Amino acid sequence: MATPKVCGIETEYGIIFKGGDVSPITASSIIVNAYSRGREDLVGWDYIDEHPGNDARGYSLDDYLFPEYESQLVNTVLTNGARYYVDHAHPEISTPECRNALEAVLFDRAGEEIIRSSMHTANGNLPEDSEIVIYKNNSDGKGNSYGCHENYLVSRQTPFAQIAQQITTHFVTRQIYCGAGKVGAEHRGIVGKGEDRLPFQISQRADFFEEEIGLETTLKRPIVNTRDEPHCDPTKYRRLHVIAGDANMSEIATLLKLGTTSIVLAMIEDNAFPSHLIIKDPVRAIRQVSHDTSLTTAISMADGQTMTALQIQMEILEASIRYADRFGLEVVDAEVGNDVMMRWANVLEGLDSDQLLVADIVDWIAKKRIVDGFTQRHGLQPHDARLKAIDLQYHDMRSDKCLALRAGLTTLCAKEDVVSAMVNPPESTRAYFRGTVLQRWPNDVIAANWDSVVFDIPNQGLKRIPMPEPLRGTRSLVGELLASSQNPSDLVEKLSMQFE
Amino acid sequence: MPEQLKKTSQTKKSVAPTVDLTPTVASSSKNLTAELDSLLDEIDEVLESNAEEFVKSYVQKGGQ
Repeated sequence: MATPKVCGIETEYGIIFKGGDVSPITASSIIVNAYSRGREDLVGWDYIDEHPGNDARGYSLDDYLFPEYESQLVNTVLTNGARYYVDHAHPEISTPECRNALEAVLFDRAGEEIIRSSMHTANGNLPEDSEIVIYKNNSDGKGNSYGCHENYLVSRQTPFAQIAQQITTHFVTRQIYCGAGKVGAEHRGIVGKGEDRLPFQISQRADFFEEEIGLETTLKRPIVNTRDEPHCDPTKYRRLHVIAGDANMSEIATLLKLGTTSIVLAMIEDNAFPSHLIIKDPVRAIRQVSHDTSLTTAISMADGQTMTALQIQMEILEASIRYADRFGLEVVDAEVGNDVMMRWANVLEGLDSDQLLVADIVDWIAKKRIVDGFTQRHGLQPHDARLKAIDLQYHDMRSDKCLALRAGLTTLCAKEDVVSAMVNPPESTRAYFRGTVLQRWPNDVIAANWDSVVFDIPNQGLKRIPMPEPLRGTRSLVGELLASSQNPSDLVEKLSMQFE
Repeated sequence: MPEQLKKTSQTKKSVAPTVDLTPTVASSSKNLTAELDSLLDEIDEVLESNAEEFVKSYVQKGGQ
């Protein structure tokens, strides 16, 4: 039996500082601090010690900027259970652990609104001619990429080699509906050789994968990342850390990305993935698929056959339908799983018949439609800078500039649910415990991370509450316990009695 | 689309009665052409004014 597909998304946002010589690290720190300042309910991810002004690289607007923090210390836990921090030179949000793909879409959307709110506050404190602008994309068009990673709970019992080999087929081909689209190409092997003049491709990230499997995330990126850091009971689980995906503006594309991958992983764990669907050269194929918007390129399979990405996806979907009939979809949440399968069939049908039918779902098609329309209207050459500007601005987080918000994408999340998810945790995973204790007792929690919360209890010292099980600490399991506890000391006592 | 998929996805539709995507897709596609013109009008207004400079200065280093 497959492991319940607890999942989440980490998004590294692109960031620019207009009107000043300020490094992206500083700009990212300003953004994260803008959100945490004035909020007493936010707690440091690790023990956090403020060092205002320690690092003044590129700092030229002292009177306006917030006190500088060591960038690695700009690292907070939010009351919705998410982590908001500066990673490398980007602001990054990791959603809380979610029980299903739809919940993860909601918390990814909440992350976008947290970014918007941060940007608004930060820019209000900057001089009038300065502005920080944030982009939810994965490439600067100049050979630099930053990630949108997914995480899935998988069983430790399933051999990793099997997961890696079979999930690779999905990663290479799922981009046909969850690629975010890109004007131009950046793959090292083709830049300067003419092929980088490719007018448009399906994925932001495909150009950056150079290995089939490996530990790297910043150089020689692998299609399957081997980071083994489960953040939960390591004897039972793995956390599959996925780096081969684009950040989506389309909510339904995000749902499909997480939903289909959850189902495929469950299928792999139950030995139900079609064993003939193995791609001969995945590194070449991920780029071949991305570079062909007509979706007709034949991919060489390990068994000597050739198939298009669309045919491969249709076979994976058919296998998923058979899997669902035999095993059910409880592990991905049956209702969400059925919805995902319907949408999956729908999007493949659209891609097969008329791409514009799914322009309200698939980011690359929504973006390409704008790029093509704009090219035609103004009689532009394929490599006009305005087309690349459209590509970047599709992902602009400023509502008044964002082209994705104008592209007619169908949405899933109600506004009030997104607003609630900015501050309230999901109820269905251990994130509920983390978020709720932060809401109620922010001054008594001295640190929190994915698998523990540390309280400072008067006269007792530090008490660490471990959370090795992602599906404990839910509202149904600890809601009453939390509600009936007067203070952390009371809570810790009740917890210790419960587990005696 | 393979025959089996059609059949099975129809079966799935009855399993998940709350989801019926076909009308959504159909209605959006009808409006697409009309929408595109007004969308392009809007893009003419909101697109960064100095595209060349904007694209050139958009540099992101140190990502995963």
